[in-house]
Amino acid sequence: MSVRLDDTTASEVGTAISAERFRQGSSAVGRVLTLVIVADEATQADAVRAAAEAAREHPCRILTAIPRPGRGPARLDAEITVGGADGLGELAELRLRGPLSHHVSSVVLPLLVPDAPVVVWWPGTAPDDVAADPVGRLAQRRITDAGAASRPVRALEVRRTSYRAGDTDLAWTRITPWRALVASALDEPFETVVRASVSAQRNNPSALLLAAWMQRGLAVPVDVHVSRGPGLTGVVLHTERGDISITRPDGRVARMVRPGFPDREAPLQRRTIEALIAEELRRLDPDEIYGETLQALPQLATWAAHSDHRGSAAVPAAKGAKAAGASRAKPAAKRPATKPTTAPTGRRGRGA
Amino acid sequence: MRTRILAPDANPLRDPRDRRLPRIAGPCSLVIFGVTGDLARKKLMPAVYDLANRGLLPPGFALVGFARRDWADQDFAQIVHDSVRENARTPFREDVWQELCKGIRFVAGDFSEEGAFDQLSQVVLDLDRVRGTRGNHAFYLSIPPKFFGDVVQQLKRSGLSVSAEGAWRRVVIEKPFGHDLESARELNATINEVFPSGTVFRIDHYLGKETVQNLLALRFANTLFEPIWNSNYVDHVQITMAEDIGIAGRAGYYDGIGAARDVIQNHLLQLLALTAMEEPLSFLAKDVRVEKGKVLSALTLPKDLDLHTSRGQYAAGWQGGLQVQGFLEEEGISPTSTTETFAAVRLGIDTRRWSGVPFYLRTGKRLGRRVTELAIVFKRAPHLPFSATDTEELGQNSIVIRIQPDEGITMRFGSKVPGTQMEVRDVNMDFAYGDSFTESSPEAYERLILDVLLGDPPLFPRHEEVELGWKILDPVLEHWASRGQPEQYESGTWGPASSHEMLARDGRAWRRP
Repeated sequence: MSVRLDDTTASEVGTAISAERFRQGSSAVGRVLTLVIVADEATQADAVRAAAEAAREHPCRILTAIPRPGRGPARLDAEITVGGADGLGELAELRLRGPLSHHVSSVVLPLLVPDAPVVVWWPGTAPDDVAADPVGRLAQRRITDAGAASRPVRALEVRRTSYRAGDTDLAWTRITPWRALVASALDEPFETVVRASVSAQRNNPSALLLAAWMQRGLAVPVDVHVSRGPGLTGVVLHTERGDISITRPDGRVARMVRPGFPDREAPLQRRTIEALIAEELRRLDPDEIYGETLQALPQLATWAAHSDHRGSAAVPAAKGAKAAGASRAKPAAKRPATKPTTAPTGRRGRGA
Repeated sequence: MRTRILAPDANPLRDPRDRRLPRIAGPCSLVIFGVTGDLARKKLMPAVYDLANRGLLPPGFALVGFARRDWADQDFAQIVHDSVRENARTPFREDVWQELCKGIRFVAGDFSEEGAFDQLSQVVLDLDRVRGTRGNHAFYLSIPPKFFGDVVQQLKRSGLSVSAEGAWRRVVIEKPFGHDLESARELNATINEVFPSGTVFRIDHYLGKETVQNLLALRFANTLFEPIWNSNYVDHVQITMAEDIGIAGRAGYYDGIGAARDVIQNHLLQLLALTAMEEPLSFLAKDVRVEKGKVLSALTLPKDLDLHTSRGQYAAGWQGGLQVQGFLEEEGISPTSTTETFAAVRLGIDTRRWSGVPFYLRTGKRLGRRVTELAIVFKRAPHLPFSATDTEELGQNSIVIRIQPDEGITMRFGSKVPGTQMEVRDVNMDFAYGDSFTESSPEAYERLILDVLLGDPPLFPRHEEVELGWKILDPVLEHWASRGQPEQYESGTWGPASSHEMLARDGRAWRRP
């Protein structure tokens, strides 16, 4: 059931949500969090659909704030949907016009579910420092998407410099299945990994994160190669006794090749935004591994070439990429002498 | 609730703080015996697909079916396909299916046929070579226990039960684990002769359910409940598992087994143990097992079993708008069968925490509705500063943990009725275990199969627990055997009169679940 409120206030919106809930005979149970989506008209529809789908796993109140700066007077229009046919929780679409568009937090704050965690998601462009943003400050968890930025690698650098516990990025979420598969390759006894590489479409922020994560864990140099995609296409772990490689040329099925094994395949689909958001909502505590991986980015040999952000140039390569095997205790401090791939900006590399 | 301890630095890419990263099972295959059965079609094969769809099965995973059918691999693949299409929880995706399909094999044969097991042995070796399963194989015996002996002996004879260095062989069995203490020991001996106890996984699918695991979270993660979780505050506990269906074509299995052996011995006693146990040192399998073991060994039976137990057989009647026949009229059941379809017992626990608090367990078929729940019913307040008429409608406070359906928790307490008079009436406060997310929460079998493949045992009852269950139940079963025909109860009601009398005698009543 949908209710439209034109030229309204946050408190009227709050009252309307409760009234609608009451009218339907369901009490205010089951909303475990508030998800705030800050989007423009172009991105909001897809984002709301994804969030509503994710709400099946995590019952929540979804507040979509759509700032519409312009000359007119300050005005709030709202549309409320409670417990639609598909059984999701509560959805409020808030259009903030005129000067009000710069004060999103003033509308969102009174509508947060009491005591429950708050998650903010910017499906499109996000502020540079999300934790300092007035809406971001309300949240335990702030979701950005470097892959949706016009310059993804630069966006990643912005995330890195402004990182605060509680930040997360969908470019990172996208590689969870990859990370799981790569990690599982090392659950079995393995030879010392001396070097590794990641291939992906150019300018793919997920590939850089994957490489940085591997370099951080394995303490060996990890290169990033450009491939034709789609998204991430492969990971190779060079060991003393041959290569362990996982390739996914078609964006669907991964092939694992490893010495002493027949080639094996496993489905590895590129995931929908719904699945990514659902994963994000599963845990609301700070993702320290993401934070550390971001900070490990500049240690990537390819980072300097990739990054069009001045000042983040990697230190020149240390001699000899002979890493002393893989050990978690050692941070990825060694920098390899490898041929970094140049990555002209321009094309958007999205997805893992 | 599960903590996995990996050898430090075993895998440089794993970090205990990295909670996003799922564990994928290592290279392995799952061999299912009895693939034509209901369980395999409705639960096991769909669960395997769901795991594959969630990316939790290793590349090169293989699924082997074994049954007495004249099938080729692709015929079996078709069966799996159909069962996945019909019963899988996650959406069907061709890519996932194609990959799974490549690892599907079928071996036709009898459970005692040497040739078939030699062929199975060949298939398994072949899988190691072609699919890279590395000698890791789990054997799921989804077959009646009377065949366990044959199958494990054949596995031994054909060399399938032993693994090479660094590889594993595991065997998975389903209840019933025997029909009394002695037979349980025999069964265990039969299996242990071939598979050492660490490699035997007993499935009690209730323990894989989210709500059952949530019981531990509820008790041990909160401060709200534990202080009152004892005989100072708790009056009694009721654990109910009711089914609305009859024996539905399972006469061969059910006759001679009955409700107590089928349900109380395993599910209900496990639920009781989780409800009553002390806080384990950790959620590692061994620590949880120690605590469950303590509770199960402290169980006591009432002195007079006639007064404090009850059993019955469903009689013809109307159940939810359908006319149904009685148990004794079911096909394949002898008209003089003494097998009970309803069983209830009162148990005590001799510990400081629970002394004097009765635990009432009941289960039955063709009852009012299908429900599994456990209810902690609290004592009344020692003094009520109201006049007697004010609190006439006030019952006892209770916490009800609903295990299925509508997973969740209900708290029941008194509240003032609006109006000028002081009148206190019971109200419910409901926590639905995530209003609408049950559809995306994994099936118990998914969790359990993955745990078998990972070799992660906390959710599987050990043989010691099975024995303790029989120790407590055997005297009841013997007593009942000496009492002839069970009482009849009308289908669609909440059990025989004796079960209501049994609580009334203690001044209590069953909840209507």
